[in-house]
Amino acid sequence: MTGPVVPVAAPLPEEGRVRAMARLYATLMRTAVVEQFQYRASNYFYMIGMVAEPVVYLVVWSTIARSTGGSVEGYTPGRFAAYYIVWTLVRNMNIVFTPYGWEERVRQGQLAGQLLQPMHPIHHDLASFAGWKVVVIILWLPIAGVLTIAFRPELNPTLLQGVVFFVAIWGAYLIRSLLLWVLGMVTFWTTRVSALYEAYFVAELLLSGRLVPLALMPGWAQSVAGLLPFKWTFGFPITALVGPIDRRELLVGLGAQLLWIIIGALLVKAVWRIGVRRFTAVGG
Amino acid sequence: MRADRTSAPDAARLTVLFLRIGALNELQYRANFFIQLMQSLLALATGLVVLALVFDRTDELGGWSRPQLLAVLGVFTLMGGIIRSVIQPNMQRLLEEIRLGTLDYLLLKPEDGQVLASIREVRIWQAVDILVGGVVVAAAVVQLEGRVGWLEAASFLGLLALGATTIYCFWLMLAAAGFWLVRMDEVQELFTGIYRAGAYPVGIYPGWLRAVLTFLVPLAFAVTVPAEAVTGRLEQGNAALALGMTAALVLVSRRVFRMGLRRYSGASA
Repeated sequence: MTGPVVPVAAPLPEEGRVRAMARLYATLMRTAVVEQFQYRASNYFYMIGMVAEPVVYLVVWSTIARSTGGSVEGYTPGRFAAYYIVWTLVRNMNIVFTPYGWEERVRQGQLAGQLLQPMHPIHHDLASFAGWKVVVIILWLPIAGVLTIAFRPELNPTLLQGVVFFVAIWGAYLIRSLLLWVLGMVTFWTTRVSALYEAYFVAELLLSGRLVPLALMPGWAQSVAGLLPFKWTFGFPITALVGPIDRRELLVGLGAQLLWIIIGALLVKAVWRIGVRRFTAVGG
Repeated sequence: MRADRTSAPDAARLTVLFLRIGALNELQYRANFFIQLMQSLLALATGLVVLALVFDRTDELGGWSRPQLLAVLGVFTLMGGIIRSVIQPNMQRLLEEIRLGTLDYLLLKPEDGQVLASIREVRIWQAVDILVGGVVVAAAVVQLEGRVGWLEAASFLGLLALGATTIYCFWLMLAAAGFWLVRMDEVQELFTGIYRAGAYPVGIYPGWLRAVLTFLVPLAFAVTVPAEAVTGRLEQGNAALALGMTAALVLVSRRVFRMGLRRYSGASA
């Protein structure tokens, strides 16, 4: 996965490459953890601001559940509470390098330095954001505690559900990282991208399970969502923990995540190969 | 060292002048209009989708009918436009300059520091939300089929102005907190996040949260109360409370800002 325009040292033997890559990830993640813990106050502001969104949805839908005989599509106020509290963690796992950031990378030539490194620049993003996620999960625990006291969720996952959830949030992280990288690389061709990004994010908001559990959407919207990657990064990890979900659906979900990771990786590889040829930087 | 003697007419004159220059500056970038229009319409569409999903299941949410909630959405959008076009950009610049120490340049000018700090930035294209929100409010009023007379319209506009003032005072205190705390980078994210709660009437939230959204972050006065006025739900008590709250916030925030200024030591040290 080396960038095509980069003259690098002779490739390492296969075994050495894997080990070198593992060491690179470990180092970048450790650095990110230390770095982000310094900014814990900023991180907290950011996370608390984010909590308002699910709390609004939660209040609206539990109000409706209470006024219409106790539940909506099987969601009681307690299940809504569980859904939207787990939501806050999944949302945090979904935050990756923004496609808007590509404008600086391309326009200001920041990519030039990364192109000189002997590995694909995506590894840098994947590793450092993964390190940040470790900090986020730790900082999230007290927030989840407060929300649990305030909204009393009904949450009784099985061990299997817990394990699948833990795998699925990292699957979600990978899928979204890869797809937003592809979206960001559009900047190689044009910097007037905000309309495209906005449309993408709204489609994602509606069809991922972020706005409401997909079970509450009309049937046709659920069918459309089944063809898109969004629900595997958001609704699926939440439902994996909150339920109701059976063993088969858990496996199908993980399979779908794997499929989208492969699609994302192939897209990143293909678009990168064509796009990076268009990249020029001006010496300063 | 500062002259605090800017009189009210002078302050008004300065405000018009600064906002005009800011607007002219922004008008150079016309393409931003379409980007902003698209963003506003997408946000509105999302809000409408939620309303459709909600009223697919029920006839009223916490005592509010569909057109009434549409009015809340409209006021929320409108107020969001005011915040993002004139309030937030100024307060963020103030925070930044407190941190960097470049607030010196502002304080050296022979006018009131708070006035100058509040009128230097205007994001004219963000004001698209003011128009979009206005249209939504109008649509809601039509759907309500209730007559909105001069009195209702006037009280709506008056309460809207009070609401914008409370948000301004709240933001001024947030920015002034920068005199004491160094890192306030994400405070805007925090505010933007909490502001989302205003898309629904504060009455639907549980008691503790309603108290927070009324007295700590005054969204109740910024969005819910004006929406009550335009939908004919307003109780006189709430209007009086809004007036009292605004007056109190104006005084307190000015006080806090001045205390902060006394702490400010500039960049030269």
